[in-house]
Amino acid sequence: MVDFLFYLFALITTLGAGAVVLSRNPVNAAMLLIVSFMGTASLFVMLGAYFLAAVQVAVYAGAVIVLFLFIIMLLNVDVAERSRPSYVTLAAGLIAGILMILGTLELFERGENFTLITLQELDSIGASTQSFGVELFTTYMLPFQMAGILLLIAMLGVIFISKRGKEAGKKGP
Amino acid sequence: MTIGLNEFLVVSGLLFTIGFFGLLIRRNTLVLFMCLEIMLNGVNVALVAFSQFNGTMDGNLMVFFIITVAAAEVAVGLAIIVALFRKRKTVYVQELNVLKN
Repeated sequence: MVDFLFYLFALITTLGAGAVVLSRNPVNAAMLLIVSFMGTASLFVMLGAYFLAAVQVAVYAGAVIVLFLFIIMLLNVDVAERSRPSYVTLAAGLIAGILMILGTLELFERGENFTLITLQELDSIGASTQSFGVELFTTYMLPFQMAGILLLIAMLGVIFISKRGKEAGKKGP
Repeated sequence: MTIGLNEFLVVSGLLFTIGFFGLLIRRNTLVLFMCLEIMLNGVNVALVAFSQFNGTMDGNLMVFFIITVAAAEVAVGLAIIVALFRKRKTVYVQELNVLKN
């Protein structure tokens, strides 16, 4: 049962991601991205990281996708892409992708010592919200505060960029 | 066959590869950003799997910070795309060639 669920979630995640790459319409791509993110959240649940799964759904599938959809509909760009990628780019991407997939598949050949534990016998390390808070406020205090400063700077930067654009538009013809 | 760490790492590598491929072949900057998110997601899957199979919380915390940084990055990136669209009236990378020549 666990195996079946894992393969189902992995299929949903990868197929959703592939559909994002191949879809011509940006709105469709954003919607398919939600599917991929939900699949990732399910994988987190399978691993026992419930808090991260909740954060994944709330932040990624919620906030980030809404932001994407806002911008797509605000800009109102043409529905489809006009030009196709050049054959050189396509070939380079395919070769790079095949090499990376082969590299990961090599794990099955070389990585036998990783398979000592299976998912079923994985004992919970207690990745609960409480242990998250304890870790955040003890070991990871400095990165936590830096993340706060980073968010503040990002907010200021976004305000600055959007204001600058407006002023430049006014000054121009 | 039972599910171990390897299967999660393969899913992670597949996600990263798909995002990378999309980053190379797509022309729309908004979709390029989505591909970046897919790549970050692949890394997140690997980190959570390592963390849980290793029995430590560190990977989980790192994914937490990655999600924070990714949210900030998307906000700034989309603001830049909007500012660029105001000036150049396009979101396609092949038309954003001011620095050419």
